[in-house]
Parts: sequence; C-alpha cells; structure tokens
Amino acid sequence: MEVVYSLCVGFMTACGIFLMLRGHTFTLVIGLTLLSYAVNLFLFASGGLTIGAPAVLNGGDNYADPLPQALVLTAIVIGFAMTAFAVILAMRGRADLGNDHVDGEEPIDRLAREDKA
Amino acid sequence: MSLFDHLVVFPVLIPFFVGVVLLFPSLSASLSKQRILTIAANLLMVVVAIALLLKVQHQGIQMYALGDWSAPFGIVLVADAFSALLIALSAILGLTVILYASAGEDKNGAFFHPLIMFQLMGINGAFLTGDAFNLFVFFEVLLIASYSLMIHGGGKQKIQANIHYVFLNLIGSSLFLFALGTLYGTLGTLNFADMADKIPQLSHSEQLITKSGALLLLAVFGLKAAMLPLHFWLPKAYSSTSSPVAALFAIMTKVGIYSIWRIHGVMFGDQAGELANIALPWLWPIALLTIAIGAISVLASQSLRVLCSNLVIVSVGTLLVTISLNSVQASTAGIYYLVHSTIACAAMFLLAGLIQQQRGKAEDRFVTARAMPQSAKLGFVFALLAIGLIGMPPLSGFVGKALILQSVTDTNQMAWIWSLILGAGLISLIALSRAGTSLFWRTSGENTTALQGHPIQYLAIAILVSLLPLMVVFGGPLTDYAQLAAEQLNAGLSLQQLNEVAK
Repeated sequence: MEVVYSLCVGFMTACGIFLMLRGHTFTLVIGLTLLSYAVNLFLFASGGLTIGAPAVLNGGDNYADPLPQALVLTAIVIGFAMTAFAVILAMRGRADLGNDHVDGEEPIDRLAREDKA
Repeated sequence: MSLFDHLVVFPVLIPFFVGVVLLFPSLSASLSKQRILTIAANLLMVVVAIALLLKVQHQGIQMYALGDWSAPFGIVLVADAFSALLIALSAILGLTVILYASAGEDKNGAFFHPLIMFQLMGINGAFLTGDAFNLFVFFEVLLIASYSLMIHGGGKQKIQANIHYVFLNLIGSSLFLFALGTLYGTLGTLNFADMADKIPQLSHSEQLITKSGALLLLAVFGLKAAMLPLHFWLPKAYSSTSSPVAALFAIMTKVGIYSIWRIHGVMFGDQAGELANIALPWLWPIALLTIAIGAISVLASQSLRVLCSNLVIVSVGTLLVTISLNSVQASTAGIYYLVHSTIACAAMFLLAGLIQQQRGKAEDRFVTARAMPQSAKLGFVFALLAIGLIGMPPLSGFVGKALILQSVTDTNQMAWIWSLILGAGLISLIALSRAGTSLFWRTSGENTTALQGHPIQYLAIAILVSLLPLMVVFGGPLTDYAQLAAEQLNAGLSLQQLNEVAK
C-alpha cells in the first residue's frame, strides 16, 4: 500500500509542478490545485498508514494517529481559501491585463515572427 | 487568574476582534469611525507590547497554553525576549502605517482597516507561536491579508505584481506543508521545544529525511524573507503597492528571518547532535551573495521605492550573515540591526509616498520634474533616513552595523563580511545621494500643484524617524535587551522547561 500511495502522491506532485511551469494563470491554478491535493495526501500519510484503525475515538489499542488528520483538515480549509483567492485574482488579471499570461503580456515568439516576414 | 496572566495572547486577540468588529455594518460604512477604532486598538497594542516586554524581561520566558491543553499536544504561544521585541516593533509599525493611511490612502478601496488588523494578527501570531503548524497557519493569515492589501485600490501595475507575489507564495505554502509533513513523519511532533528534544535522538535513516525536510523549510522561509535566488518577487511587489502597505511589508521579510532563526539557528543549532547546523553551509554563501546582489540592484534602481526595496534585500542579507555566524554576540547585533532596518525601511517607504504625491506625474522616479511644494521638509527627512539606512553615525544604522562588524573580528570570515557589509554601505551611500540630488535638486520650473502632505502623514513619519536617534540614545539598555533575547534564543527551550514555565 505504501508504494502505491507514495507513487500516487509523487505523480500528482509532478503533474502539479509540470502545469505550474507553464506561464498562464489558468494552468497555474490547476497546477496549484493538484499540488495542494498532493500535499493533503502527503500530510495524511505522514502519521503512518493504517488499515481498519479509527482515530482515537474508541479507546482501543489500535488507532490511527489523529494529529495528521487535524493538520490535513486545517490545510484543506486554508487551501480552499487560497485557491479561491487565486482564481479570482486570475480572473481579475485576465480582465485588467487582457491576457492570462503571468507576466501580463504574451512573450514575443521571435521564430514565429521571422517566419511571417 | 488576572488579566495580566493572559498578556501573551492579547497581541493576537486584539487585532482579531477589532478586525471582526470593523466589518459590522455601522462601522464598515463610516471611515472616520474605523480610523478612530484602529488607531485606538493600535495604541492599546503598543501598551500591551511594552507590558509584555517588561514582563519577559523581569519574569523570563512566558508561555500561554490555549484552552489549557499542555504542550506538545495543545497549541502553545511562547513569548521570549526576541518575540516580545518583535511584537513591540510590529505594534509601532502598525500604528504609524494606520496614521499615515488615515490621511486618505485608505479611501482608495474597501476594507483597508480590517485587512491591516488581520495582517497584524498574522504577524504577531507568527512571532508568538510555539509550534510549526501554527506558524504555517499564521503565515497564511498574514499572507492572505497581504495579498488583498497589496492590490488595495486596484490598477494594472498592482494586479500584475500581485499575480507573481500570490502564486509564488502559494507554491511556497505547499512546500511548507510538504516540509512539515516530512518533519512530522520522523519526529512525531511539531512543537518547537519537543522537536528540539527529539532531533538528537533520530536514527541514521530518519536523519536523512529530517534533513531534507529542514532544508525544504529553509527554502520556504527564504522565499518569504527574500533570500538570494528567491528574492525576485520583492522589488516589484513592494514598489508597485501603496506606500503604507509597503511600509508594513517591511516587517514581513523579517517574519521569514525570524523563522529561519528559530528553526535553523536554534532547533537545528548546536544541540541537534548529528544534524547540528545543517543549514549553515547553505546560509553562509547565500547571505553574502544576497548582500552583493542587493547592492548591485540598489545601484540600478530607477525610482525611490525600487531603491528602498533593494535596500530591504541588502538588510535581509546582513541579517542572514548574523544568523550564519551562530554566536550570541552576532545574534545580539542581528536583533538590534533587525529593529533598526525595519524602522528605517518602513519610514523610507512612507516618505517615498509623500514624494510621489508631491511630484505629480514624475512620481518617485529619478528624473527631472517640477519642484516639490514641501521639498525642504521632505529633503531633511530624506537626509536623516539616508544616514540611517547607509549606516553612518550618529543614527542607529551605524550602531547596528558596528555591532555586526565587531562580532566577527575573531573569526576567519572577517575579510568577507567586512568587505561586503562596508561595500554595500558605500554603494547605498552613492545610490542614495544620487537619489537625493535628482529628487530634490534636479528641478525645472515652479511647482503648480498645491498638494501638500497631511500633518498626520508627517506625524507617522516623525514617529518612525525619531526612533532612530532614540535607539542610539538608549543603545545601552537596548543592546542589553537584545543580548538577553539572543541568549534565550541560543539556549533554546526543551519541552520540560516549557511545561515548567507554564506552572
């Protein structure tokens, strides 16, 4: 289970970073969302993975570490708020600047221009 | 329990409650009521901060367990001398920023005052918190307030700089959580004192994982503090926002510095067994390069606010040097210099706002423009601040730099540090004199605008500027206090001690 879990988290992180390397706010937002999902899963696993063990509720001997769950809960809430802000900012940027490139203008593609000439 | 026992939590609670109250209808409609309330709240915070300073000085480290849940499971706030000093600094800074903004800058958009309050809550919380996860939470509180403050008033330039700033910080926050997860996975705790206890006991394979987590944290704090390869967002962000906000941001880089100090200077400090000082080999060259790059950018700046932003980067580099020296003497010097540089940079940002107002279209760019209506007053303040920022006597910049230079005299890094710090001082001298001459003397024609600075704006700047000579006059007690802070910081705190403090 650990291997599959870590592969999934790693794949998600890689996808998130790949998307964020593109210079447009839309892909940036999608990449950030993926990355924050990966973070949440990672945090969740940081207390160790257990099957069939509840959080401390029942008072039994076998229980899952409750602290990462508390951390993930907080991280999810904060992540949502931040993503919402990022989406609105991206829309405002798109409206004010006329494009969704992070630098406010599309970079000039010199090769393409030479072709036209 | 008297009210005095709860003193530690007030710097977080006051801005929080005032911020919430400001959102209520009758208050949110009236700007003048908001101004009165926030100024009153900030005066109260200054009083609380001074009380906290005195309490820490006389009774030692203070701990406050929220809900009376003891560490390491409960959330604790810990106030040692260093954090109490920084709380006082943020209270003074908050007060001056609100005074300055009350002259009209808060009219440009909605919710300026509540945002400032939430920002101060985040800053104070980050300084006080005793565990790493709450450090993250308070970071987010101060960041989300700063995102909105930065684009307060709107405008293309602000939005564009804000996009970089917001997305970089969001990525930083994700990395922060990755680092925390890594550390929690090996240490099983996120309480600073508990972590410091457990780090020396790690097995070899766990050490490697912990090391990667710790270095990831260094990158995250480096981003917030504008440490070398991660500083590119700062000049644009600080120079495109309004001047009171930029002045408040002068303390934000210090939150990053504070965290590096607390985690890499102390938790992974000398006591950390095999993981001792893992960040130092990285910090040391980065600190020097940050000064060098900052100084070069200072020379290349085309407007006063960009110049001032680059001076912030130089001061960040200087502070990183004092962290990497890893001695009580250097930390004392660093703490003194931190207070000085925050005040001086904030005052310069406020002054840049006034200059920009009075120069019309030329703003604060170094070009020929009409003379300013109040150029004599502004020029005088500019000269004072420039002396402070460069580090010439008699103002506090000189004392701070002298202390730093003095603290390295018996180490073999002396040649590097002396030449870079003094060189950066010389470069700031050149850049600031060039800035002063082009802003105040290269004028053409008479001024036509009757736009004058509001007295309250001058009051705000005067408060900050008067602190610089005061820091020299009371240099003795202040350095004693900084030394107390450095000693407490260097000694660290174990969980046992922490729980004893609580009793």
